[in-house]
Amino acid sequence: MIGYIIRRLLYAIPILIGVNLLTFWLFFFVNSPDDMARVHLGGKRVTPEAIVKWKADHGYDVPRFYNAGNQGPKKFTDTIFFKHSVKLFLFDFGRSDQGRDIGYDISQRMWPSLAIALPTFLVGLLVYITFAMLIAFFRGTYLDYWGVVVCVVLMSVSTLFYVIGGQFLVSKLWHLVPISGYDIGVESFKFLILPVIVGVVSGTGASTRLYRTFFLEEINKDYVRTARAKGLSELRVLFRHVLKNAMIPILTGVVVVIPLLFTGSLIMESFFGIPGLGSYTIDAISSQDFSIVRAMVFLGSVLYIIGLILTDLSYTLVDPRVRMK
Amino acid sequence: MTDMPFQIEILWTDFLIFVLIGSILAFVVYTLRHEHLRVPWRQVARRPLAMGSLVILLAYVAVGLMDSIHFRPAQNEQHQGEVVYVNEVLSLLDMAAMPLRARTEKTYSAPFAMHAFSKEMVEYPDGRHAREYPRLLYGGAHLQEPVERAGDILSRAGAATLAGFGIWLLPVTGFLLFWHKRSESWAQTLSRLVRGEGDFPWRTVLVTTGILIVLAANAAYLSLYYHIFGTDQVGQDVFYKSLKSVRTGLVIGTLTTLVMLPFAALFGIMAGYFRGWVDDVIQYVYTTLSSIPSVLLIAAAILTLQAYITANPESFTSATERADIRLLFLCLILGVTSWTSLCRLLRGETLKLREVDYILAARALGSSHLSVMARHILPNVMHIILITVVLDFSGLVLAEAVLSYVGVGVDPTMDSWGNMIVSARLEMARDPLVWWSLASAFVFMFGLVLAANLFSDAVRDAFDPRLRK
Repeated sequence: MIGYIIRRLLYAIPILIGVNLLTFWLFFFVNSPDDMARVHLGGKRVTPEAIVKWKADHGYDVPRFYNAGNQGPKKFTDTIFFKHSVKLFLFDFGRSDQGRDIGYDISQRMWPSLAIALPTFLVGLLVYITFAMLIAFFRGTYLDYWGVVVCVVLMSVSTLFYVIGGQFLVSKLWHLVPISGYDIGVESFKFLILPVIVGVVSGTGASTRLYRTFFLEEINKDYVRTARAKGLSELRVLFRHVLKNAMIPILTGVVVVIPLLFTGSLIMESFFGIPGLGSYTIDAISSQDFSIVRAMVFLGSVLYIIGLILTDLSYTLVDPRVRMK
Repeated sequence: MTDMPFQIEILWTDFLIFVLIGSILAFVVYTLRHEHLRVPWRQVARRPLAMGSLVILLAYVAVGLMDSIHFRPAQNEQHQGEVVYVNEVLSLLDMAAMPLRARTEKTYSAPFAMHAFSKEMVEYPDGRHAREYPRLLYGGAHLQEPVERAGDILSRAGAATLAGFGIWLLPVTGFLLFWHKRSESWAQTLSRLVRGEGDFPWRTVLVTTGILIVLAANAAYLSLYYHIFGTDQVGQDVFYKSLKSVRTGLVIGTLTTLVMLPFAALFGIMAGYFRGWVDDVIQYVYTTLSSIPSVLLIAAAILTLQAYITANPESFTSATERADIRLLFLCLILGVTSWTSLCRLLRGETLKLREVDYILAARALGSSHLSVMARHILPNVMHIILITVVLDFSGLVLAEAVLSYVGVGVDPTMDSWGNMIVSARLEMARDPLVWWSLASAFVFMFGLVLAANLFSDAVRDAFDPRLRK
């Protein structure tokens, strides 16, 4: 078991190197630091001196890979690649283009993100599985047919409409909760409830329909027929047998996103003014802060890979037939 | 050539759209020639819901295609005997909707409004000044008194509906002529249609067509006199903007798949077929790409594109061209983020297929690897590719809105539903509420995505062997 995890972790290293090289290529080859400076200093009429100064301030004034002007190991460490890419592996994200410490910002903003993403995830899972089981229980009836139709209709609406509509109805028309904002402690509840509801509702269509197919696939299998033939009630069959087995495909899709809950949701956070990593990323994109985007790309891939490993591990927990090789 | 009244302008996305149309036609011809491919399509064609959706999709496609033929009209005065073309690139849709395009108000106005949204100082002929809602320049300008408005709208809508029915009777009659059997009376033919007999759901198709024609007639006629979906902040007609957005949505939904498809198919099949180090390399590439959260990868790519455009402003002659390049680039990068899942599916399927006897037989008969992959494996994974393409479409249309909201979608100057929603966010905070941009984007987008979802469901049901009974 431990050997397997270690092997998987080792396998993650080349992938992270790949991610790193790709972002490095995007940010420093497709664009030179001069371009970046120009974007930041504002358009066409920028003096060369200003560009040089900007690059010096942000540590972009050294060669990309190899610094011939230096002595010893500094030939390699005093380069853009080392300063801005290699250090990411140590989770040293450096400073943003505005000069703030990215690592500190991330550690601060992670928790608000989690406060909204985790409840959305858990409540969502519960709601979707319940709906899917309900539809599967009534399979072949009008309830099934119309349930699927409602799902398709729900999933044809953009998330943005759910957010705008939810904010408009609940906050502006009914004045139930504040439109946006965030607070710590018990007070945070009134800020979190609407984003969580909207988040759950916006995913209902697609997930319920998907889970329904998982349930239906299991329901037609032999062991279910055997269970029914034993004289078990339909509900008991559904909960004791079908649910357990349908959890395998559900888990596959779900476990991988658990680590990514930390990075939050871009749309929810920015619409509801949650100071999490999602709105951090959006702010970075709109202010064209390349350092933050780079850091978030790296962080996102690390979390995704952790999610993949967790998925494999969870497989072996729910399905003993899957052996770790 | 010098005396042409216009100059055809082929944008990059236009070119790719025509390539796409060409390949779809080739695919259709290929399908028609092969019985085993016709069978699942016939199953799709028997579903009324799918066929109704197809009619709606085709209507969207028609609007999108009209908006994909671009040209630059000639300027009125000539320059040293040469015809000079204006800098602005127009499309056929722009020409057809010229009244909508040209008639801009000062700022917001509600749907069917006659008066502006905000009060202004108005000077009367007798010298008095007053703050009131001024009449719009175009919306309802043909009316003397505001009280006439409701009656006017109703009578015009009635006329347009009648005209729509009239136009609709043409395809219905045409269809009856084609469907009529010698052995039966015309009444029998008609009753067969009304009762929805036959394998193909003609009734649904004709009814959907009828509804679309009536709606289009109403929209076209009424928008000559009113802004039927209101106007936006700079006074542009929202209905026109929504129509222009159709092309953006379609391009994102289709070109993305078009650009990623060859790579996904090639790499997926190669990985599964050769295994060994080829498989390792390809798996490594797609795991790496898919491990980057797609929004961030898109953001990174779009940011670098912006920096490139800022650094090289001379490469783009017009704003349309710049927006077009960004749209194309967005399709490319969306393709990069979405090819991995298809590639993984194809790899898995090829792994299974390569062990099948007929592949072995083909190899034993001396077929090269390339021909085995192209002639034996590719046709057998075609259903996976097809299902993915149709299923991805609606997701991509929805993704455009989210990306535009994040600020890494299409160019902010380009008409798109995403951009309309983005601006609507601020409008919703106004008092009184400006809801029509949002509503209009919602209606158009929902129509397209719902139709696409319903159609793709039918395609998946017909092609997925697991679902086949």
